[in-house]
Amino acid sequence: MKNFTYYRPKTAEQAVALLDDKWGTTELLAGGTDLLDLQKEYIAQPDKVIALRDVGINQLRLDGVDKKPDDFILGAGMTLAEIAAHGGLKEAFPALTTAAGDIGGPQIRNMGTLGGNLCQRNRCWYFRDEHTPCLLKGGDKCFAIDGENRYHAIFTQGHKCVIVNPSTLAPVLIALRATAEVLGPKGKRKLKLADFFHAPSSASEREHVLKPNELVLTVTIPYPKLKNASYEVRHKQSYDWPLVQAAVAFQYADNKATDVRIVLGHVAPTPHVADAAAKALEGKEVTEATASAAGEAAAQGAMPLSQNAYKVKLVSVAVKRALLTAAGRKKYWEV
Amino acid sequence: MANVKELHVNGSHRVLNSDPERSLLSVLRDDLDLTGSKYGCGEGRCGACTVLLDGQAVRSCSTLVGSVGNKPIETIEGLAKDGKLHPLQEAFLEADALQCGYCTCGMIMSACSLLKRDPHPSREDIVRAMNGNICRCGVYPRILSAIERVTRARKGDGQ
Repeated sequence: MKNFTYYRPKTAEQAVALLDDKWGTTELLAGGTDLLDLQKEYIAQPDKVIALRDVGINQLRLDGVDKKPDDFILGAGMTLAEIAAHGGLKEAFPALTTAAGDIGGPQIRNMGTLGGNLCQRNRCWYFRDEHTPCLLKGGDKCFAIDGENRYHAIFTQGHKCVIVNPSTLAPVLIALRATAEVLGPKGKRKLKLADFFHAPSSASEREHVLKPNELVLTVTIPYPKLKNASYEVRHKQSYDWPLVQAAVAFQYADNKATDVRIVLGHVAPTPHVADAAAKALEGKEVTEATASAAGEAAAQGAMPLSQNAYKVKLVSVAVKRALLTAAGRKKYWEV
Repeated sequence: MANVKELHVNGSHRVLNSDPERSLLSVLRDDLDLTGSKYGCGEGRCGACTVLLDGQAVRSCSTLVGSVGNKPIETIEGLAKDGKLHPLQEAFLEADALQCGYCTCGMIMSACSLLKRDPHPSREDIVRAMNGNICRCGVYPRILSAIERVTRARKGDGQ
């Protein structure tokens, strides 16, 4: 690890003031589960590390959920364990608490935060290897396209780098139409989670659209009582990354699903909004047949790489199961 | 930030002088001579370095010592009281829940965090709580039965 200077500012404004306006020289530290790894591998080599520990406690109320009649406001410093165990969130947004509770292992969930989950770096092994000069490290080539790509993107059209976005909270928050509040040197701004992510293709870009000197303060989730669920297909039940994730949300009255949103995780460089799948279900009852049809529609447009065509099928399965779970149907896949 | 001069470890204040950007694991092992917590992967995957911070299991390899502040730290060395092993330590011995033993301290600290939170966990709860710890010798079934021994004994005691 390259030596760095450790800062522990007391306020978010002080934290932002310490950040440079270019990537690479300064990094924010929340739970540290991603940043410290990246530093140990010399992928991140910041001169300054700015810890948000005191910021969360002293100023931003980052540590609690503030329930308003129409919204839930989550501080970006909430840990994944706190989100997973929160009774009010469990009732309103089972998709969010399930997704949070399935991230990493217990120690990771006790340390990792909401803001960190949204801003973490991708897990592509070429990116994470110090000695591979991939696009995101200033090289001129994505090594995954012709290399080992079984965990990479299947919605690859138009992308020079075929990582998958690593956040499992992101697809859920997009499906729930959440908004993030962000602090920068010129003050606060709001942006929809749907507009938060970005497909990077160079060392001067990240997986999100935040500027190098911006910081996530809160995430606000509107509460129009949507049915919602998140379903992950993974190799191992314990401690693993999803191969494919589907997050769904919809209004359900008189056995009709309306306002349907279906967002896929771990299949593209950003969370992938599956509009065709949502359209396929709109106005219909959620049954095995309609959920299946939506699942098939969700896989439309996939252009898998040499080793990951299997993920196309998994998309259909994940969407189907997420929809049936959200609608409270029998989970036929659980015995 | 100034150097870290003091940590609250296993119920006592320990005086030291460390750069804040070192890992908690390194400070525990190299400065305070508490070598029970192990360096496994160093990147938060294996759980061998698990300690309790404010009662919660965390990975000390991925925790900067500067971020600990005055939160209490518990390590495997703090579990035995008055020369008597903690029930989890006893149960691991009785169940032969280790082969090489490298993961054991982390395993016990994770189990300890679970039992603090939930004295009577189901088998499923135990599996879930322990899934951040890896045992390369594959002693998982014995580890589960060791933890179940403790929960059963507690039920027997009417605790």
